[in-house]
Amino acid sequence: MTSLSTAVAGTAARADRATVLRWTRDNGVYVALVLIVVYNVLFTPRFITWDNLDVQLVLCTRIVVVALGMAMVIGTAGIDLSVGAVMALSGALLVQFSGVPGVGAIALALVIGGLVGVLNGFLVGVVGIQPIVATLAFLFAGRSLAQLLLAGKNPSIHDKVILGISSGHVLGVNGLIIAALVAVGLVAFTVRRTNFGRQLLAVGDNARASYLSGVPVRRTLIGVYVLSGVLAAWAGVMDTASITSANALSSGLNYELFAITAVVVGGTPLTGGRVRVVGTVAAAILMQLLRSTLIFHSATDAVSQMVTAVVIVGAVYIQRVRARA
Amino acid sequence: MSTTAPTGVPDGPATAGTGLAARPVEPVAATGSRVAAALQRNGVAAFAALALLVLVGSVLWPSFHTLDNVRNTVLGNSYIGIVAIGMTLVIITGGIDLSVGSVFALGGVVGVYVSNQAGPVAAVLATIVACGLIGLINGMLIGYARMAPFIVTLATLFGVRGLVYQLTGAGARTYSVPSDSFFAHLGTGVLLTIGYPVLIAIALYVVFHVVLERTPFGLTTLAIGGGEDAAVLMGLKVRRTKVSLYVVSAALAGVAGMLQAAQLVSASPIIATGYELQAIAAVVIGGTLLTGGAGSLIGTAAGVLLLGTINAFIRELQLDSTWNNVVSGAFLVTVVVVQRLLNYRRAD
Amino acid sequence: MAELTTAGALPVLEARGVSKSFPGVKALSDVSITVRAGEVHALVGENGAGKSTLIKILTGVYQCDSGELRHRGEPVTFADPRAAQAAGISTIYQELDLVPMQSAARNLYLGREPRTRLRLVDFARMRREANALLDDYQIRADVDVPLNTLGLGTQQMISVARAVALHANVVIMDEPTSSLESREVETLFGIIRRLRSEGVAIVYVSHRLDELYRICDTVSVLRDGRLVHTGPMAELPRVQLVATMLGRELQTALHRSAPGGGDRIVAGPPVLELRGLTRRNRLHDVSLEVHRGEVVGLGGLLGAGRSETGMAVLGAQELDSGAVLVEGKPIRTGSPGAAIEAGVALLPEDRKLEGILPNLSIRDNIAIAALPRMSRLGLVSDKRIDQLVEHFMARLHIRATGPGQKVSTLSGGNQQKVMLARWLCLSPRVLVLDEPTRGIDVGAKFEVRQTIDELAAEGLAVLLISSETEELVDESDRIVVLKDGAVVAVLDGDDISEHDLVQAIAAVPSPEEDPTRD
Repeated sequence: MTSLSTAVAGTAARADRATVLRWTRDNGVYVALVLIVVYNVLFTPRFITWDNLDVQLVLCTRIVVVALGMAMVIGTAGIDLSVGAVMALSGALLVQFSGVPGVGAIALALVIGGLVGVLNGFLVGVVGIQPIVATLAFLFAGRSLAQLLLAGKNPSIHDKVILGISSGHVLGVNGLIIAALVAVGLVAFTVRRTNFGRQLLAVGDNARASYLSGVPVRRTLIGVYVLSGVLAAWAGVMDTASITSANALSSGLNYELFAITAVVVGGTPLTGGRVRVVGTVAAAILMQLLRSTLIFHSATDAVSQMVTAVVIVGAVYIQRVRARA
Repeated sequence: MSTTAPTGVPDGPATAGTGLAARPVEPVAATGSRVAAALQRNGVAAFAALALLVLVGSVLWPSFHTLDNVRNTVLGNSYIGIVAIGMTLVIITGGIDLSVGSVFALGGVVGVYVSNQAGPVAAVLATIVACGLIGLINGMLIGYARMAPFIVTLATLFGVRGLVYQLTGAGARTYSVPSDSFFAHLGTGVLLTIGYPVLIAIALYVVFHVVLERTPFGLTTLAIGGGEDAAVLMGLKVRRTKVSLYVVSAALAGVAGMLQAAQLVSASPIIATGYELQAIAAVVIGGTLLTGGAGSLIGTAAGVLLLGTINAFIRELQLDSTWNNVVSGAFLVTVVVVQRLLNYRRAD
Repeated sequence: MAELTTAGALPVLEARGVSKSFPGVKALSDVSITVRAGEVHALVGENGAGKSTLIKILTGVYQCDSGELRHRGEPVTFADPRAAQAAGISTIYQELDLVPMQSAARNLYLGREPRTRLRLVDFARMRREANALLDDYQIRADVDVPLNTLGLGTQQMISVARAVALHANVVIMDEPTSSLESREVETLFGIIRRLRSEGVAIVYVSHRLDELYRICDTVSVLRDGRLVHTGPMAELPRVQLVATMLGRELQTALHRSAPGGGDRIVAGPPVLELRGLTRRNRLHDVSLEVHRGEVVGLGGLLGAGRSETGMAVLGAQELDSGAVLVEGKPIRTGSPGAAIEAGVALLPEDRKLEGILPNLSIRDNIAIAALPRMSRLGLVSDKRIDQLVEHFMARLHIRATGPGQKVSTLSGGNQQKVMLARWLCLSPRVLVLDEPTRGIDVGAKFEVRQTIDELAAEGLAVLLISSETEELVDESDRIVVLKDGAVVAVLDGDDISEHDLVQAIAAVPSPEEDPTRD
């Protein structure tokens, strides 16, 4: 009986632990965000100023946009490693075609981003290659294509429409923040209000059951990678507008990792079936504040990189326990 | 009661099991494609492509196959070649190690630093230990905590690069060794006109080829990738083997980084970004299945040399060197799609 | 061989009062079996009876919650498969137990490779020993080529050879003949007889009755995680064995006509027609018709091809030949979406793997198949969905905190009702139900069956797959019995009784009715 009762107690303890971990996964990001804001209010001079908040938010706008696309891909239990390369390619296209009106160049960049998504989605959904591998290839090639387009130069951009994205303000809010909010609204709408959004969650939760329920699994997967590609291209446009030139080497570098971090810390499980839009946005802001806080307190950028690595491992670890419980 | 005659079941009755019924496991690959798959897996295809490229190159450019040219190509690719050994082993288990580029940089910094402090022997040992430790972290999180390899090693890719920046003060502190030191000699030394790094790479290929093909550890590695559940049921030491392989991968990447630092007589924190991709491409082009279970180091060697030759081609054509990545990426996708089609099993 | 008496032999492996639970399921409760030296012990039971769980406990894959294992009289605990193997218990699993891309020789010796003096693997010796081993057991196979280039039957024999080469004192065989041809079955039986004469204990799991009676000395029957019978094989008649497995007493053998009085009226052309469905190793020329308002039962033991037939209706089963027609129009293989459009609905057997979307809400689970119909321009209308969901939650009495509750947190019965609701909200014309009442409680069972009656009364064509003979007899207007992927009997009208059904499933040879049988 002893072994039985300890087993029962063990199960109960495990259940409690699972509940705690689940709560942490779902709400940890908000708690952490509040804590870091409180910390900064107390210990960081001039933290609560309009300018500083503006700067902090602007800094994480591109990650937010990329992470939302990533969140949808992860919602289907996939991954998209090509996003950073797509950003760089998008910026390069923008500069190369800035002869045409800005709107046309932006449209072209978004279309190319979508085409990369078609390629990724085809490899994943139709050929059946694991998402990491399928998207790895473009991570490889995409940035180089951008470099080739720019031929080693970092040309500046002069188009007013494109520059307006970063320099313009609406009601005192920076254009980049507006650009990110547009993406947030679009993704939230897609996930919550469209058939496609429901179907992508179903595919991520149980692809076989979805298939047997008539869900067009392949089409859904392709669609998700296309959206991710378009959003990454949009982030590339924002990045180019913000630094007023295209840089094939640095634009979007490591963004696949930043995006995955935001998605995972925001509570979207890597195993699919769930997309947390607000959580992802909150996590992107959290990671930005964490970085600025560390740097403000004279830690180096290098240290903040290491902290990011630990945070992502911790967030995935919490998810893993939930998946088992 | 109307009873129909029971039909004879000549080719064996239906397989039981509901899960099976849903996803029938049937060997649908035809013999022809199996042969093709076997050829591709042992790097034969990569060697053939390599031979063709060398031939074409020699015809086009008289200088292409001069000894110096070949020597430089092989030396330049020996470092990525060493990295690809560990990557091959990890990929054979069905895993992936994205942290090798960062660990490569760490190996260079640790090697140079310790060499200046305590001599070359300590430098080699310290590099293996420090980088092996990173591999141990990867391996424990993957083998025991059962986290996805790509996410764990993506995190260490980032974290270790941060560590390297921190150690070098974001590049402000340069780590260099006297070019006449024994440590530098590891990278610059020559035996019978062949550079030490090349000899070390060849030795490592031989050793790990034997380990993979001729030891129980190697057979276990192949078995894990072929069917991890089956390997567990057979009573093989699955978790311990996986951890060891990530340690090996990181240690090899560190040694490669150390050798390159020795050759350059200094360590750079920004070196080897994207090496994980180069290594993966070489492994896959060499015929190792990205889904695990089959692969060879001979194939990987062919893959490394093939990519190196493409590199040389691009140089001879006076194209921008960034074409390398585009070609490698295209190669990677093509090979993976071909692998998938050769081993096609009906999905859904 | 069945007359060989083994009762006096020593128990090699015993399970005493073993219980095992998984979250939400009691897989085994208080099971005791004794396996003796030189005995072939049959372990039988339908899906979910607990066979696999028991095997996994005996081989160290799982550990039991309570009860104990004894090996040669001593209490033991096997922490993992290594420990069980070290103790001399080797297992031939139905799947997964070999490495397909490696050679047969390597598979035979993985984990215990012969070594040279340099501690390297001695492949020459390995090949020699592998060939000698296979020759010894009269298994013909090339030991050097990758395993997956050999036939399934040969692979299975390699698996057997691996198990016996470990010099085990217990060999557990889980469905060892499922992919063997008859010649290979003979070879296997030769091996089993030899092992038995050498004093090895064999646990033999199979649902093929012919084999059980040919090779086994003792039989233990599991049902719903309990041991319901154990005794000499020869003393348990075939029909009695099937009845015990299915949990039916033979006396309750009368067909009650459909609820609501009188058999349903069947008229007009068939709504669903299957024409000669054939798939290698799975289906052999299966044909049947279902009319409007008719419930056709599909009976047979595990592996008879029932689920494959059901999947074929949805276009989700690859076929070599044959056709599925719904209202005269063919269903295309490979697109369940198109089949659903044509009016087909299928409640899959494996609710967890193929049915529920576990982490999504009841609302999303019900609406997933109907989404294309209930939306305009691809936009979800939550209002319409909510109306529908509320309607079906009320109609099917789904007990939950609300439509937002996660489906994985519901009981099995309520999950099944959610699955039914998913299909009913499409107003299908053909409904395939694969084990609709498995693993759900009595109350829910009753409700599900009542719903089936109502649906047939409303004019649906229902194809009901079930292992429960009572359910088939009570619900069906006609019962088609499958064995080894082929139709072996059709029971109609007054012929429908549990007795006849059990007879047909057991496929007892009845010479006067069936002179073609050899």
